[in-house]
Amino acid sequence: MKKVLSAVLAASMVASLAACGSSSSGSASTTAAAAAETTAAASDAGAASASGATWKIGLQGPLTGGAAVYGTAVVRGAEIALDEINAAGGINGAQVEYKEADDEHDQEKAVNAYNSLKDWGMQIMIGPTTSMPTIAVGAESEKDNLFTITPSGSAVDCTVPKNIYRVCFSDPAQGTKSAQYIGEHKVATKIGIIYDSSDVYSSGIHDSFVADAANYGLEIVADEQFTADSKTDFSTQLQKMQDAGAELVFLPFYYTEAALVLTQANTMGFKPIFFGCDGLDGILNVENFDASLAEGTMLLTPFAADATDDLTVKFVSAYKDKYNEVPVQFAADSYDAAYIVKAAVEAANATPDMSVDELGTALEGAMSSVKYDGLTGVGMTWNETGDVDKEPKAVVIKDGAYVSAD
Amino acid sequence: MLSFISYLLSGISLGAVYAIIALGYTMVYGIAKMLNFAHGDILMVGGYAAFLAFNQAGLPIPVATLIAVIVCTLLGVLIERVAYKPLRTANSLSVLITAIGVSYFLENLAQLIFSANPKSFTTFVPFEPLKLAGGQLTISATTIVTIIVCFIIVEVLVTFINKTKAGQAMLAVSEDRGAATLMGVNVNGTISLTFAIGSALAAIGGILLCSAYPTLTPTTGAMPGIKAFVAAVLGGIGSIPGAFIGGIILGILENLSKAYISSKLSDAIVFSVLIIVLLVKPTGILGKKIMEKV
Amino acid sequence: MGKNKLSKKNFLQSDACTYLMVILAYLIVEIFVRSGHISSLMKGILVPLCTYSIMAVSLNLVVGISGELSLGHAGFMCLGAFSSALWSNLMEDKMPAGVSFLIAIFIGACVAAVFGFLIGIPVLRLKGDYLAIVTLAFGEIIKNLINALYFGIDSNGLHFSLKDSLSLGLEKGVKPIINGAQGITGTPKMSNFTIGVVLLLLTLFIVLNLIHSRTGRAIMAIRDNRIAAESIGLDVTKYKLLAFTISAAIAGVGGVLYAHNLSSLQALPKNFGYNQSIMILVFVVMGGIGNIRGSVISAVILTLLPEVLRSLNNYRMLMYSIVLIFMMLFTSAPAFIQYRQKLTQVFRKRKTDEDGKEEA
Repeated sequence: MKKVLSAVLAASMVASLAACGSSSSGSASTTAAAAAETTAAASDAGAASASGATWKIGLQGPLTGGAAVYGTAVVRGAEIALDEINAAGGINGAQVEYKEADDEHDQEKAVNAYNSLKDWGMQIMIGPTTSMPTIAVGAESEKDNLFTITPSGSAVDCTVPKNIYRVCFSDPAQGTKSAQYIGEHKVATKIGIIYDSSDVYSSGIHDSFVADAANYGLEIVADEQFTADSKTDFSTQLQKMQDAGAELVFLPFYYTEAALVLTQANTMGFKPIFFGCDGLDGILNVENFDASLAEGTMLLTPFAADATDDLTVKFVSAYKDKYNEVPVQFAADSYDAAYIVKAAVEAANATPDMSVDELGTALEGAMSSVKYDGLTGVGMTWNETGDVDKEPKAVVIKDGAYVSAD
Repeated sequence: MLSFISYLLSGISLGAVYAIIALGYTMVYGIAKMLNFAHGDILMVGGYAAFLAFNQAGLPIPVATLIAVIVCTLLGVLIERVAYKPLRTANSLSVLITAIGVSYFLENLAQLIFSANPKSFTTFVPFEPLKLAGGQLTISATTIVTIIVCFIIVEVLVTFINKTKAGQAMLAVSEDRGAATLMGVNVNGTISLTFAIGSALAAIGGILLCSAYPTLTPTTGAMPGIKAFVAAVLGGIGSIPGAFIGGIILGILENLSKAYISSKLSDAIVFSVLIIVLLVKPTGILGKKIMEKV
Repeated sequence: MGKNKLSKKNFLQSDACTYLMVILAYLIVEIFVRSGHISSLMKGILVPLCTYSIMAVSLNLVVGISGELSLGHAGFMCLGAFSSALWSNLMEDKMPAGVSFLIAIFIGACVAAVFGFLIGIPVLRLKGDYLAIVTLAFGEIIKNLINALYFGIDSNGLHFSLKDSLSLGLEKGVKPIINGAQGITGTPKMSNFTIGVVLLLLTLFIVLNLIHSRTGRAIMAIRDNRIAAESIGLDVTKYKLLAFTISAAIAGVGGVLYAHNLSSLQALPKNFGYNQSIMILVFVVMGGIGNIRGSVISAVILTLLPEVLRSLNNYRMLMYSIVLIFMMLFTSAPAFIQYRQKLTQVFRKRKTDEDGKEEA
């Protein structure tokens, strides 16, 4: 037995050594190949795309793993917009090339994904999708001064680097605006909150909501959490809401979990007003979801897929044609992001032969003058820090469709 | 008091689902002596199979359930053949690693086929909830069915193992694989059978999990899989009644700590209890004490 | 006796080979970096390569040398990462960056070691898969607690809370340093490839020397036959605990390297959960259990693999999982090993035949 074991060990050692040999040559060759690419595409500032007249835009988000649904939406939304832009003649006369990279919703992988896009020759980035990767990538892209617009990186720290702008609201802004809306419209006074304490987005909104609730005459009667590891069963949290007499339950998290919460509340016979943020958008499109469960649910979202304005209708039908799915707010944010990039480039009168750094400086200068009407807001403008100024829209779900709540 | 009972009931409901998944874990461990980390993902496949059969193809519930069970059984046997069998005599950790590989494979394959978008699972238990105490206490039908199914499975499994030849072969293989081979037991066939049964249970577990908590994504199985593993260990891994008890205790513990201590720290509390139990009783609640031979 | 000496010489050679491999790899990569012939992706991944090599070596000390299956190694990494990032955030601008970073490494190692020791006392009484599940549980508890921890400093002193950032009661305008799930942001980026390699060499030095020392032989004796080792008077608990604590300390250093390579630190299931622990275990098993050099090699290969596969887009992780399964089958399945041995035999025979012909 011992002999067999040692033979196994020795063999595996030999194999690993052999693997090492091949890998070192393998990695050397990839390095060399990548280096060749680097010189060709010249990602190092200086001589960016001497080769030519196309824009290279990188898209980034989690495309695999538990958060894949958000990254996929961001990539698809941007693809639709960029294809439209190309069909209409490109940006400043130059066509757009785009490439996506998967960050698996992990900081380290996010930096890898960013670097791989840089190797490809990225000049402008739409992404990353989620907050923590955005912060991690921000530290890198700030050095390169690469113009970045994140569709949905909502944590405050995301836009700290000067080169990063965002399309969505910051988390605290959403919390405050939700409290304000509930208070001013007298929707309810006894509030219960359930939030994902292991998630940045959710706890960010929660913290500012709780901080501001009292200012708008709201009383928080129950404040419950869940974590990424225990998000199958919400009956305990809902039971506590019910026991505390909550009239409104605030759900600052994504529709994937919210669909569960609504179903379980229904099973329990608990029927408060549910109120959510932009993450809740998409709940009606969960395949096979019983929309009657969401009846009366209110959400503060900049985008509603069944709005009837021309832009939304056009986007939604293009998205459905291409991907056979109804777009969620993530896709809308990144669709807007692509057009905001276009607007900024046009305002700065930039050309694709500018270096990454020059382009960054030019676009950052131009952002303050950009005013953009899009899917997720009308008259959007950006301040110095990169945060957007737009009005949130409150919608309420009636007969399985969004209706303006005002 | 009423709220305590309802916390308890939702805990039992969650626990029963854990228990069914844990049964598969524990059987495979007992016989093949390996931690099948892909078990949770087989469960997810079962969920998708049932979803397609019931919601897309519109087949009746028993047929859809049967299809899911067949799909998972075949999948389980296939995985065993391709990824685990060649490593039967190798280091036990090697199999653990291929199991992780299989788990990644199934998750990513499901994502490519079904996309990462969640699907809302229509319950397979379309009965009215039971209302007690003048409607203040509701017990969902899924809870009741899950518990009943769990009991039936435990009973059937115990009878199967104690009364049938194949069951006895399983017992023999789990006791001493070498001796079982010498006695003419078909070890490979027995292990394949175990995987088949374990995977069939995963399909049922998947359907019940998705009926109680109705969103289905490619990662649906991951966390319940790990929790079920914890439940199996808590009850004494390799023991069928142990898996049942472990699952129920885990579910109750999780829900009560959420209710009365902190919903944020409930995982930490559950895991702490697990550690304490194992320190007091190192082979789990119903685990056999193995004497070390010199 | 003579045989013993021979084996000693052998393993000294093997150690030298390990160090040489790391140094050589470092020099080659440095040449590429200095001459600018390296892609951004490769440049960015150098520090993670060191981090995971360190993690793999440290886990191999527990799994391979001490013979215990631990599935909570990412927890120690998490402790090292958070404690050192906290220190670096507190000391930014108060102390020269280099000195502060050195202390941060020390703190990361110490905190992880203390927890390793405390956890080790009860845990090491268990065996096999039970030990595995308890270490997994500890890893998850650490992650869960850190996700619930709020910490800040203002003129009134330190504030802790497990509830939310508001209950810290910080003065207006003071931001909490550890903000629950939002973790720590703004850690100075102090890790670089050179530091990573130095720490890796240090790790190798510590682990390899431990293995060849009297203590190391005692640890391996306990692994091979606990009862026999006990009967000759070895203090089983002491040696097991020693290996576990050292391993935890090294994992803490890995965490320090990780934390100071990224500007945002957050305990996600992905980076500090059981998935990560299992990934590190994959490095160890793939590299050969107990084979330190193998751990480094397989950590490097398996960390590079998903990045190299990026061109496959959607199929990337699917390919990765297939490669993982096949690599494992190829290195460990007895059938494959036999087949390989046959191949090498045929190859050798042919070679000797050719040699013979040439001579003739």
